[in-house]
Formats: sequence, structure tokens, C-alpha cells
Amino acid sequence: MTPWISLPRPGDWVVVAVATAGVAASFPLIWQGGIAEKAVVRRDGTVVAELDLSRKRTIEVEGALGASVIVVEPGRARVAADPGPRQYCVRQGWLSRPGEIAICAPNRVSLQIAGGRSRYDSVTY
Amino acid sequence: MTRSPTEIVLVPSADDHRIARLAAAAIALSLVDAAIPLPLPGVKPGLANIVTLLVLYRYGFGTAAWVTGLRIVAGGLLLGHLFSPGFFLSLSGGIMSLCMLALAQWLPPRWFGPVTLSVLAAFAHICGQLLLARLWLIPHDGVFMLAPIFFAAALFFGIINGLIVARLIGEAETTKAQHA
Repeated sequence: MTPWISLPRPGDWVVVAVATAGVAASFPLIWQGGIAEKAVVRRDGTVVAELDLSRKRTIEVEGALGASVIVVEPGRARVAADPGPRQYCVRQGWLSRPGEIAICAPNRVSLQIAGGRSRYDSVTY
Repeated sequence: MTRSPTEIVLVPSADDHRIARLAAAAIALSLVDAAIPLPLPGVKPGLANIVTLLVLYRYGFGTAAWVTGLRIVAGGLLLGHLFSPGFFLSLSGGIMSLCMLALAQWLPPRWFGPVTLSVLAAFAHICGQLLLARLWLIPHDGVFMLAPIFFAAALFFGIINGLIVARLIGEAETTKAQHA
């Protein structure tokens, strides 16, 4: 029986080392997904407010059932109150990463964090 | 009884028998794979790749492609997910890792052994699955949030499977040497 450690060939070690480095590098890169820049509030799918995530603000959005209260703090936002029966979007708490979304389905209001590297406002040639 | 003139007689060649036998081994391993509980859906040891790699080394790329294709279709049949999203995920992963192996088999074998092929195939497999998931199943970049975990799993299981293949090849060669 040859010991396991002698099985890989020289190039194998290189490949494993490169792959390990790649995996390690992918952790922070993909996990952050860019910088959270603004909170997008939608009602019935249409954007009603885009809030800058750099300062504190509280807004009320009138939905199908009543008012959803959205609180913005530097770098994060949440649905603080909602008239919906199950309160899923409220219990989701603070959202801080781009792409994160809290949907108050009964009230037809959603709060999404936007920003990051892969978004373009416009591209012209 | 007279033979029907339209009767088609299939005569399986030795190649067909071999491919069927190897595919059966791969299917058995993919059933074992599915039975191993792991915390995250999508993370699997990919034991069937051991068979793919062994076949690639012993019989060449064509046989390996056949074995993989049969394993995916028949495995889907046995696991009950034929033509479901899970089936297409394993199909896209299988195609991508075969493409990767088609290229990687030309690496100089003095320097790059089964571990390299296994790791490369594992990464190609998960990349194919992630791409299909992003394009079709979950059209949102949130899919890629899980990518680091999948990559880590691909690396880990790729190394382990590669070591197993290296050992199996080594043992086959020693027995051959002893018998010679």
C-alpha cells in the first residue's frame, strides 16, 4: 500500500494550491456582492421610493391593507411595521446586502436593497 | 416460427457490454451519493465521477462520455427525477465536466494525475450547475451567494475522489505487474 500522500503528482499539488486560493478568494468576493447603496420601495411592483442608505429616514407606504413603515439607517433598512397578518417582512429584520428583499405580500409592498458592482444605470456607445 | 422480416436484431458488441457494466457501477455509486445525507442541497460527494475517471484512464474519452450519459439518464430514472430540474442540473454538470475532461486529458500525465482531473471536473460540474440554475431555475444573482460553499465542496470532494482514482489505478498496475 502506497501512502495516500504520495499519490498526487507535482502538477496536482499546484492545481490543488491554485484551487484552494481561488476558493478562499471567492468567499469574500461573492459574499459581499458589492456595496449596498439604496433601498428601493415598491408598491404593486412599481417603485414608489428610492432611499439613500447614507442617512436615517422613516417613511410610510400606503399599501392594499394600510401603511407599511420603512426605516432606513446608514447601511441598512427594514420594514418596521406592516398591517399584514403574518408579519414575515417585519420579522426579517434589517436588510443590508444588495439584492436582499423583504416582501410584505398581503400589503403588496416590498423593500429591496440595491447597489453593487453588476448594476448599470445606463450604457451608451 | 418464421422470423418477421421487420424484426431488428441487436447484437451488442463487447464494447457495449463493457459500457453497460461500467455504467451500472456508476449508477450504483450515484445512488449511494443520493443516500448520503449532507447539510446543503446541491453538495454531493460525486462518487460516480470515480468511475468516469477510471474509465477515462483505461478506455478513453468516448467510453467515459457514454458511461456518464447513461449514468445520468438511468440514475435519473432510478432516483425518480428524470426530466425534473434536478435531472437537468445533473445533465448540465455532467456535460460541463466532460468538456473539461476532454481538454484536461491532454495534460502531461507525468505532472498531472487523477487528482488534477478530478478537481477540474468537479469545478466544471458545479459551474455548469450554477449557470443553469442562474439562467433557468433562479434567475437572480443571489444564486451566486452560495457559490463559495459549492466551490469549497467541489475542491474537497474533487481531491478525495481523485485520490481514490489514483489509488485504484496504482493498485491495478501493481497487480498487473505481479501477474506479469
